[in-house]
Amino acid sequence: MLSQRTIETLVGLFLLAVIISLITLAFKVSGLTTFFNQEGYTVTAAFDDIGQLRTRGSVKIGGVTVGEVTNIAIDPASYKAVVTMRINANTGDIPVDSSASILTAGLLGDNYIAITPMYSKDFLKNGSMIEETHSAMILEKLIGQFLFSVSHPGEVSQNEKSPEKNPN
Amino acid sequence: MITHSIAALGRLGIDILRSQGKAGLLLYGAIFRVPSIRKGFPLVIQQIYATGVLSLLIIIVSGLFIGMVVALQGYHTLAKFGASQQLGPLVALSVVRELGPVVTALLFAGRAGSALAAEIGLMKATDQLSSMEMMAVDPLQRVIAPRFWGGSISMPLLTIIFNITAIYGAYLVGVKWLGLDAGAFWSNMQSAVDFHADILNGIYKSIVFGIVVTWIALYQGYEAAPTSAGIANATTRTVVYSSLAVLGLDFVLTAMMIGGW
Repeated sequence: MLSQRTIETLVGLFLLAVIISLITLAFKVSGLTTFFNQEGYTVTAAFDDIGQLRTRGSVKIGGVTVGEVTNIAIDPASYKAVVTMRINANTGDIPVDSSASILTAGLLGDNYIAITPMYSKDFLKNGSMIEETHSAMILEKLIGQFLFSVSHPGEVSQNEKSPEKNPN
Repeated sequence: MITHSIAALGRLGIDILRSQGKAGLLLYGAIFRVPSIRKGFPLVIQQIYATGVLSLLIIIVSGLFIGMVVALQGYHTLAKFGASQQLGPLVALSVVRELGPVVTALLFAGRAGSALAAEIGLMKATDQLSSMEMMAVDPLQRVIAPRFWGGSISMPLLTIIFNITAIYGAYLVGVKWLGLDAGAFWSNMQSAVDFHADILNGIYKSIVFGIVVTWIALYQGYEAAPTSAGIANATTRTVVYSSLAVLGLDFVLTAMMIGGW
């Protein structure tokens, strides 16, 4: 029978190994970098169609991740999808007239928001809204429109007709 | 004839209910009759040593080999689709969510659960528990409660060790042997594995498994017939019942947690 002190030392070593493993799991395996909300500011943008965008999706400028989607809700008045995203504080200032579009990583990848900066001297603040948005491109819709235009040559699809009507 | 079989059915039902009730009372006693911190703490430490530290070898060796084999199998399947870069997420998610908690619990039932049942069964067969009562020492408090807490604490800790060794086993095979890029291995893993939804849910599972396996082992030992055949029965039942309980509960817990995935 080992003495109580030896047992306590061995159990202590065991616990130490567990703590090291848990820290490795957290940082090396799951890439956990923040226990608390990182500093930054939130902006919103309203899209007609967000496709497969989900919360925790990334927000990118020029392909570099600068934040993440924190919330997606429907605006009950306009029926648009309002996406709230958090921009990291170290991104720098983004002009207010920048546009947000929903793109797909690769052919079948996840959707993400790409922000294209513009030239205004005013910058986005906490709570401001990106006015210029481009909806997600949905492959099924495109195929549907393509098939329609193939099977009905000469006719113009609904979307293209509407601008012509407006002047009349 | 018919009344006999109905009576047998009734007796079976009463027996099942009675053993459920006894098991519940035992769990209640183990949880709530904790002795004072100063007296009980060394006993719990001894049990963490017996169930946790002494199980480390089997956990580490099987974790290493399971990680290696999952990586080897996964690599060849993924390579057919040209997706061998996704080996990291495949191994990490399957180990952290399923294999880690379940395999650790099965090994824990075989290594620590059977030992607990045999130890307590022998204590009972040699009347050590009765003599404790004669000396006004509560066996629930002195014997059962520290073993319950020690086993329940050890199990999640062993799961964490198992997870990390399995992932490093997969790293050995995938990166060092099959020549995947180490950066892609880790970064794909990091983008796929979520700390709360994957790692913590796996650990929650293992906490439940630890409580259930220890409880079954203690109950089977405590209620064992005081003969050598009784102890043999108790150890067998411990391993069989706790393995079945772990596999069944795993399905239920996964179904409950899957909303977060």
